[in-house]
Amino acid sequence: MAALAPDAGVKPRRRLLGKHPIGLLFAGPYLIYWLLLFAYPLGFAVYMSFRDYFFTAPGAQVDRPFVGLENYIRLIGDDDVHRAALNVVIFIVINVPLTVALGLILATALNTAIPGRTFFRVGFYLPYVSASVAVVAVWLYLFNGSGLVSNLLGSLSPDPPFLINSAWAMPIIALFATWKQLGFYVLVYLAALQNIPGELYEAASVDGAGTIRKFWSVTVPGVRPATTLVVILATIVGANFFTEPYLLTGGGGPNGASISPVLLMYRQGIEQGNPGYAAAIGVTLAIIVMGLSLLNRFLLDEE
Amino acid sequence: MGSSTIEGQPGTAAEPAGDQPREVERSGRTRRLVSLAVLLVGAILFLFPFYYMVVGALQQSPDPTLAGAFPNPANLTLDNFAAINGRVNLLRTLLNSGIFTGGVLLATMVIGLLAGYALAQLEFRGKGLIFNVLLLGLIVPFMLLMIPLYVMIVRWYGLADTYLGMILPFAVSPTAVFIFRQFFRQIPKDLFDSARIDGASEFNVLTRIAVPLAKPAILTAVLVTFIGPWNEFLWPFLVTKDAAKMPLAVALANFITTIASSVANPFGAIFAGATVLALPVVVLFVIFQKRFTSSDLGAGIKG
Repeated sequence: MAALAPDAGVKPRRRLLGKHPIGLLFAGPYLIYWLLLFAYPLGFAVYMSFRDYFFTAPGAQVDRPFVGLENYIRLIGDDDVHRAALNVVIFIVINVPLTVALGLILATALNTAIPGRTFFRVGFYLPYVSASVAVVAVWLYLFNGSGLVSNLLGSLSPDPPFLINSAWAMPIIALFATWKQLGFYVLVYLAALQNIPGELYEAASVDGAGTIRKFWSVTVPGVRPATTLVVILATIVGANFFTEPYLLTGGGGPNGASISPVLLMYRQGIEQGNPGYAAAIGVTLAIIVMGLSLLNRFLLDEE
Repeated sequence: MGSSTIEGQPGTAAEPAGDQPREVERSGRTRRLVSLAVLLVGAILFLFPFYYMVVGALQQSPDPTLAGAFPNPANLTLDNFAAINGRVNLLRTLLNSGIFTGGVLLATMVIGLLAGYALAQLEFRGKGLIFNVLLLGLIVPFMLLMIPLYVMIVRWYGLADTYLGMILPFAVSPTAVFIFRQFFRQIPKDLFDSARIDGASEFNVLTRIAVPLAKPAILTAVLVTFIGPWNEFLWPFLVTKDAAKMPLAVALANFITTIASSVANPFGAIFAGATVLALPVVVLFVIFQKRFTSSDLGAGIKG
């Protein structure tokens, strides 16, 4: 009964901080981390994008002049920005249809009672969990001028070879990323397929629907949340390429044909010392990516 | 295939009556065969680069023709591992990868578990705010934070070439907080309340009940978090210029872009390095594949 007495005494504190004030202490480290390494840099990115920001020795107090929208105006006319944006579009155009089609086919196949399902599941997922640097190294030697793919294709292989051919560099990166992530989406589609109630298929059969009709009327609508995820993540992945153009196509080459937004930010912000401009690219991209995600979610949910 | 022969036997009897079930049965078998064929083709496409990586790592002299994809006993060697180790200190860089990954795991587990537990089980002021903060952390892309984090961590705080500088931006993943929150939400509040009634302090409730209960969630969060820093290239690449501090992914990328041509068989040396980089994750993933898939998936969809 002694427990009741102190309890009664803390009522005002309880009203102020809630039933378990210690929760603040437990969640506190995360909140502090979030403020210091998320919220602050987020605000700093926006601040920097309106300044002519440059690097100085640590501790030096210098004025970084406010330049208004100058960084933003500059990126509108920057050919590298245009190319990076186009490359995101190329990636989406190659990645989304391939991922949806192959993801659905492999998930459907995996959803039947066949031997060795665990082996297939693990095998498909392996590229997704492996380090980009390691698997990019393999693709580098599969697709370079004297690589296995060029050898197999013989005279059919493009000239100049894939990775230094401006028409092929970006599509190869898109194929690489599609290959690397497909296993993840296969499992997303598999989970979505298993969530479709069997009664829907039975009802469709009773109504006389054939296999193809059932696929379009039951399966496709049933896996729509997974497809939404593919579309949203494709935008983000396309903007975030770094390892792939840096290693696979020798730094976004040839002649910037496979440059990505993040690689461009690295070049401008860190190599060439224009972090203000790089931050402006980052802010613009983040707004576009988040806007598209919201729009995708909205449109796909509306249907 | 065992089950299909059992079902296939009685089909020969009464033709008109058995028509429909037999057709379903036959289409079931064809479907399984087609599925198996599709999955086998998929497995080859997913796994071939890994196979090629290991075979290439063990070859004395590179053979980029199709014959090179089959190990030639006369051409096998471990020299490539020695060659890459001569240029990139494998043990040192593996240790660096380990410290980077370990630091991230430790911070994520401690801070993430505390926050996840508090958000799921405790009532306190500001809880809703912290939860919304968490959601924001999940949707803002990292590219927006890259430049400001680089300025803060490398330029202001002089944390270039330090483990702390590598670890900080990854120290807590919102995904891990989510995993812990989801886990603790499934546990009835009464369990914790009864301990409180028995006089346990909030700290004891945490350490004696919540943490031991959370073991499966901790394993899940460790597995999901581990891949991130182990495979990460961009951030540690920005932070480390000193070869003695580079994680293996960064050191291998450096080897690929600059010094690979200085060894006799760059192809073999790169593949040997890639094998060492990919192996720990592959082994971990194969051992724990059941947990990996379902949990990673859950985090992916809910996020």
